[in-house]
Amino acid sequence: MPYIDIQNDLPGIRGLMAFSPHTAEPMGLLANALLHHSDGLLAAERELIAAHVSYLNDCFYCQHSHAEIACYYLDGDRQLVDQVRTGDDQAAISPKLKALLRVAAKVQQGGKAVQPADIELSRKEGATDKEIHDTVLIAAAFCMFNRYVDGLGATTPADLGSYPPRAKQVAENGYGPHIFSTSQPAGPSVKPL
Amino acid sequence: MAHIQVPEGIPGIRSLVMFRPETGKPLYELAQVLLRGESPIPAAERELIAAYVSSRNHCIFCMNSHAAASRCLYGDRASLVNEVLRDAGQAFITDKLKSLLHIAGKVQVLGLEVKPEDIAAARDQGASDREIHDTVLIAAAFCMFNRYVDGLASWTPEDPLAYEDMGKRMAEYGYVLPVKQP
Repeated sequence: MPYIDIQNDLPGIRGLMAFSPHTAEPMGLLANALLHHSDGLLAAERELIAAHVSYLNDCFYCQHSHAEIACYYLDGDRQLVDQVRTGDDQAAISPKLKALLRVAAKVQQGGKAVQPADIELSRKEGATDKEIHDTVLIAAAFCMFNRYVDGLGATTPADLGSYPPRAKQVAENGYGPHIFSTSQPAGPSVKPL
Repeated sequence: MAHIQVPEGIPGIRSLVMFRPETGKPLYELAQVLLRGESPIPAAERELIAAYVSSRNHCIFCMNSHAAASRCLYGDRASLVNEVLRDAGQAFITDKLKSLLHIAGKVQVLGLEVKPEDIAAARDQGASDREIHDTVLIAAAFCMFNRYVDGLASWTPEDPLAYEDMGKRMAEYGYVLPVKQP
């Protein structure tokens, strides 16, 4: 149960956003600008960065929510998604994405942990300034979203089968007030991991 | 020098949002609603929470600019901003604000660090659900802003006067997205 009375029983950040729609609005716009497009980094890559940072921040709700969204974009390749989420070096992803995930992990520790060598490595693997920018800001933003969710003790569904229907909703319609103002998606219960 | 090619001579987050206005716009809207929008916590105290979290994240740009904004908004009580940044426990502020700063300090470490007893202590001092919510979200947001500014190594002015001017502008106009001059 959340630490405050949010007057609804929606899971994770959805419940907090419903409690505070005026702060939820720019947060939803930010999430869309950072995650829901493939201008530069692919939407799947953006969600993978979000899932990995959320894993490092030990935020159960966010790491599984964003891993599921990445999974949706990657045709259900949950094994790859889980490797990236948990920082497994053997994941079959591009050297560029690996270098950017390294930058994201540094951002998770603190802004000053990012060293010129981390940026140079990303550039060497073909990352543009815009991609480096978006990586840093996605990682930084999840240091906010994760703290918002866990810092208020938001409701975290333990059943991993409940995550795919919400992931599908976000992948298809983007972020925004609809994730808390419309009826919650329920799908055929997917077998938990 | 910043890690990416942002406009030169523009400090801190301003240079970053000029580089990428698509994300800059919602970031400034979030800052505006969190620090100037509707809240039972006075704007001066919200700026103080922002400066306090930024200080704990060692983000010099955000700490100095939000401390300056807080001083402007506090007016004749401006000196308590430095007291809080030096030692919040000893500062001449209400016990309620102390308990909210304590929660903000926990959020700065990690969301899971906030325990029911931290919330209960704030409630004992009269903090409402909305005040607790706004404190957690401001602290969380500055864990983002601080990492954004330092993670891309944007320019941090060293002249204290630069921050005084910034603080005045922030106190007077709030958060208005800067645009690149042609």
